[in-house]
Amino acid sequence: MTTATTAAVGAVGLGKVFEGTGRQRIEALQDIDLAIAPGEFVSLIGPSGCGKSTLLRLIGDLITPSSGSLVVNGKTPHQARLDRDYGMVFQQATLLEWRSVRRNVELPLELIELSKAERAARAEAMLDLVDLAEFADHQPWQLSGGMQQRVAIARALAFDPALLLMDEPFGALDEMTRERMQQEVLRIWSRTGKTVVFVTHSIPEAVFLSSRVMVMSARPGRISQVIEVGLGARRDDDTREDQRFYEAITEVREALRHRQGAVGGEPVREATS
Amino acid sequence: MATTPRPSTQRLWPRRGSLGGVAAVVGTLVILVVLWEGYKVLGKAAGGLVPFTEMRLRPPPDDRSMPHVWDIVSAMFEPARRRGEPLFTVLGSAALFTLREAFAGFVVGGLGGFGLGVWFVRSRLAERALLPYVVASQTVPILAIAPMVVIWGGRAGLPQWTAVAIIAAYLTFYPVTINTLRGLRSPAATATELMRSYAATDRQRLWKLQVPAALPYIFTALKISAAASVVGAIVGELPTGASDGLGRALLSYSQQFTAAPERLYATVVFCGLAGITFVAAVSLLERRLVNPGARQRIEAEAPGLMVAGAQA
Ligand SMILES: Nc1ncnc2c1ncn2[C@@H]1O[C@H](COP(=O)(O)OP(=O)(O)OP(=O)(O)O)[C@@H](O)[C@H]1O
Ligand SMILES: [Mg+2]
Repeated sequence: MTTATTAAVGAVGLGKVFEGTGRQRIEALQDIDLAIAPGEFVSLIGPSGCGKSTLLRLIGDLITPSSGSLVVNGKTPHQARLDRDYGMVFQQATLLEWRSVRRNVELPLELIELSKAERAARAEAMLDLVDLAEFADHQPWQLSGGMQQRVAIARALAFDPALLLMDEPFGALDEMTRERMQQEVLRIWSRTGKTVVFVTHSIPEAVFLSSRVMVMSARPGRISQVIEVGLGARRDDDTREDQRFYEAITEVREALRHRQGAVGGEPVREATS
Repeated sequence: MATTPRPSTQRLWPRRGSLGGVAAVVGTLVILVVLWEGYKVLGKAAGGLVPFTEMRLRPPPDDRSMPHVWDIVSAMFEPARRRGEPLFTVLGSAALFTLREAFAGFVVGGLGGFGLGVWFVRSRLAERALLPYVVASQTVPILAIAPMVVIWGGRAGLPQWTAVAIIAAYLTFYPVTINTLRGLRSPAATATELMRSYAATDRQRLWKLQVPAALPYIFTALKISAAASVVGAIVGELPTGASDGLGRALLSYSQQFTAAPERLYATVVFCGLAGITFVAAVSLLERRLVNPGARQRIEAEAPGLMVAGAQA
């Protein structure tokens, strides 16, 4: 077991309170303990509003914790961000519409003032990785939603971050595209060995992708159960018909049901796969 | 920021060299000429009265108030003074002179407006303290300010054209400030977070994200400002008594109106041409610099974006 200090992401007693005006104080996360090993693929799943995005944003230093401690690669999240340890992918691809696909991928590289030649080479390699090399000179609006999201992934990988943080990256995609993208992400993960923290609403998606699924419950947001998927590293379309795949799905579903019964949270969308 | 909507091919300004666009512009001109001359013919037929009433038509349809279009055109080719240059070269060089003042004011006002917008977006305090005055500045009629600027400029020993340029700048900066501010704030929250996740500096965020996102907004303002700066320059010329610009031409030909009304109309046409030329030049630049997808998305989502520009 990874300890909080050697982990890629380690949290002890982590909490987040949003101070609203007056009595609108929201305790979004309470007492989160977790340890994610380097190279691990972990999914966060839970009812809407349980704090998945909040946890991801804490890890990525987009917001700061109210209590507890959080360590990323042995550093504070702030230091990790300054060291460019993060690659982030959001639900919306968030491509800059005035830049070509290639120049979108080059954006983070411009910020670290890489030479033009290096930028071009890296962007080329990243677009190759997501199978979009031939679309390098297209404009973002000329791409489909799935292609845009692949560009966002290429961009997140551009300066070789140790950690990939993804918040429902395939939420806006149709089921077929989604499955292809999952395959794609797994391929990239096995090729690059990144640590991935992946937020999703879909149980099959969480199970298919992850080595561990962290099930969260709402009000206050907590990690209620951690499920080891145990499908092994190699996963393909056959995995989706594997007995163990169904077992893990059932396990996650029951963990979610159980918590719902207890806390009365909102139902989780059960995407079928 | 999300890039899903595909831009249509519709354009605000006709494409350079597109026959449809040229035909539309020429067609409109023909219609205007027909309306002008038609009003004269019908008005004369009705005896200069509104039909079935005793009220006189305003403007009267006679040739002294509304000269024929061809008379206006031919007046441009007659000497402006006895044995002098033809009117159109006089007006042409007056328009160039005024455009130069307008351009100087436009550049100063545009840069100043952009700078204020950047300052405001970085400092809430500056925005709260100064923005109300920026807005208030535009409620003061330019006609009230122009003479003061000219007088103070004269006392400070500035050449006359700089006073005029300052007045043009005064009309230019406001739309640019408002739209720059709005444009710099336009990037989606996720785009801002993306820059944060890259540990981008404020300066990098400004130049790589906010300014490019603001460009379509800024150009919308610049097109308003281009027209406004010409108005500002013409109005600014009136109290200077300078003899070179369109403002002076307007003054002197309005004094000759009873004798030669075509000249005043010809001057008005040149004022319009000066404004159109300037706006067209800005539009050309816009087409080079602004991503067409972004421009159309913004024009579609916010028609109210066109901040009220020129007054005077
Ligand atoms: N900036 C904020 N200010 C105030 N409250 C916030 C803020 N961000 C999140 N919250 C609150 O924190 C709680 C958790 O929000 P969060 O976005 O993390 O949920 P989530 O699990 O990602 O939900 P979803 O699945 O719908 O995306 C919610 O109750 C939300 O209202
Ligand atoms: Mg969320």
